[in-house]
Amino acid sequence: MEQTVNYSADGATAYNFAYLDEQTKRMIRRALLKAVAIPGYQVPFAGREMPMPYGWGTGGVQVTAAVIGPNDTLKVIDQGADDTTNAVSIRQFFAKTANVATTEKTAEASIIQTRHRIPEKELREDQVLVYQVPIPEPLRFLEPRETETRKMHALEEYGLMHVKLYEDIARHGHIATTYAYPVMVDDRYVMDPSPTPKFDNPKMNDMAALQLFGAGREKRIYALPPYTKVKSLDFEDHPFEVQTWKDECGMCGARDSYLDEVILDDQGNRMFVCSDTDYCSERQEAGHRGPQHHDQPLGKAAREKAAE
Amino acid sequence: MTQMSNPLLRVDNLTMMYGDRVGCKDVSFELRPGEVLGIVGESGSGKSTLLRSISAQQEPTKGTVQYNTRIDGVCDVYQMSEAQRRLLMRTDWAFVHQNPRDGLRMNVSAGANIGERLMAIGDRHYGNIRSNADAWLGKVEIASERLDDLPSTFSGGMQQRLQIARNLVTSPRLVFMDEPTGGLDVSVQARLLDLLRGLVHDLNLAVIIVTHDLAVARLLSHRLMVMQQGKVIEHGLTDQVLDDPQHPYTQLLVSSILQN
Repeated sequence: MEQTVNYSADGATAYNFAYLDEQTKRMIRRALLKAVAIPGYQVPFAGREMPMPYGWGTGGVQVTAAVIGPNDTLKVIDQGADDTTNAVSIRQFFAKTANVATTEKTAEASIIQTRHRIPEKELREDQVLVYQVPIPEPLRFLEPRETETRKMHALEEYGLMHVKLYEDIARHGHIATTYAYPVMVDDRYVMDPSPTPKFDNPKMNDMAALQLFGAGREKRIYALPPYTKVKSLDFEDHPFEVQTWKDECGMCGARDSYLDEVILDDQGNRMFVCSDTDYCSERQEAGHRGPQHHDQPLGKAAREKAAE
Repeated sequence: MTQMSNPLLRVDNLTMMYGDRVGCKDVSFELRPGEVLGIVGESGSGKSTLLRSISAQQEPTKGTVQYNTRIDGVCDVYQMSEAQRRLLMRTDWAFVHQNPRDGLRMNVSAGANIGERLMAIGDRHYGNIRSNADAWLGKVEIASERLDDLPSTFSGGMQQRLQIARNLVTSPRLVFMDEPTGGLDVSVQARLLDLLRGLVHDLNLAVIIVTHDLAVARLLSHRLMVMQQGKVIEHGLTDQVLDDPQHPYTQLLVSSILQN
């Protein structure tokens, strides 16, 4: 295969295409196929040491390395942003080891690796979304025994998951879990959607793109094939709800996207901006303006405008 | 007692070997709905081994345990699928541990502890689960205001009562108890026994209770099995066994209690 030849920028032949050797990629692909065949089921795989610490997306990187080809275009986001440390270093990693094209545009990417967010723009059938997962087991904090949680998955004993939600309501008056909100996949497996905000849970349902989840330290892979039913767990009298904001995005004025709060000074001033930087800058390019646009130029388009 | 009804549980020639060592040997008995069976004997006599084997926690070397299920009739508990067995264990059966910490989830509130079994069988209405949990807290004499407190803030006696509530919420028909009053002081023991006796009577529960405390056995159980070195050496009505013991060991056991 031509992919076995090194593509690194300086022409060195020390690394295989996309860092991992072909046998490792085969092993990961087998796990991925099994994961796609059983949506929501955690498939163990022989996770490798990666040249980055656990917790920095080693699982996602291995999955991306196993599915990426020379013609792919990669986008990497961290909390929705393309320009944060984790996103920048992983994007550079694949630019260097696989020589693939990278982009910050959601629409142009064929593979999107993400930590903690799903892009606001609707994904298509020809795209793959790869999640970095720290703890794949949704039952972990209620039942620490791995033997027991596997049995509970096998026998579909998921009452315990509701014990957690019950406890939330008893303590806070509402379901206070805001991220890693448990979902039921295809009416069968309860799955941890990785620490994405629950705002993104509805996007997982019936998504056109293939969704792959990789947990490096825990050595588990799971997946959601395109158009899979994903339902957030709830109670009849306390239905699932997503976060809402009173403010709009300070830069682009969006009211339908996930907003991050930014503290501006020690006088209590703050602003809200889209966590998805690409979505925000696209809206700004299209002429949308938020109340703080000229004072605080964030986002790519605004930065470029400021540089001129 | 409904002596004429079909047995709820039937144990035949149950033997549990640990290698060459005997856990319990050739134990057979029947238990009818609403009947309370006490198993007494000294430490190491095989009481707990027997209880674990009957309650589907440890497969015996030989012998069968048959249970009259609500839906499928009489089933061998070790021939059922694991899913069926686990469903049985958390709906129609209950297990009260000696140490409440073994039977409770210490990091979630009392209400969630009681509600867990309800949620496990598919109850998805928060309000109903909560009011049900509250009602059960009342039945085991714990104040409603403790509903959202963690079990770790409860006294030993309260924890034990909470464990009982948590187990009885699904209206089981058979309850296993392993030294339910162990580790409690005498006055708390007396109250707990009083409560248990009331619940057993009101809910028509069949109970198998393992204890080394003859007073507990006399107060709660209708029938008594005395064990020594893994074998049942005497079996009969509680008063009969305790007032007129036949076997030398039972005589020793009974006479070892301080009288008046």
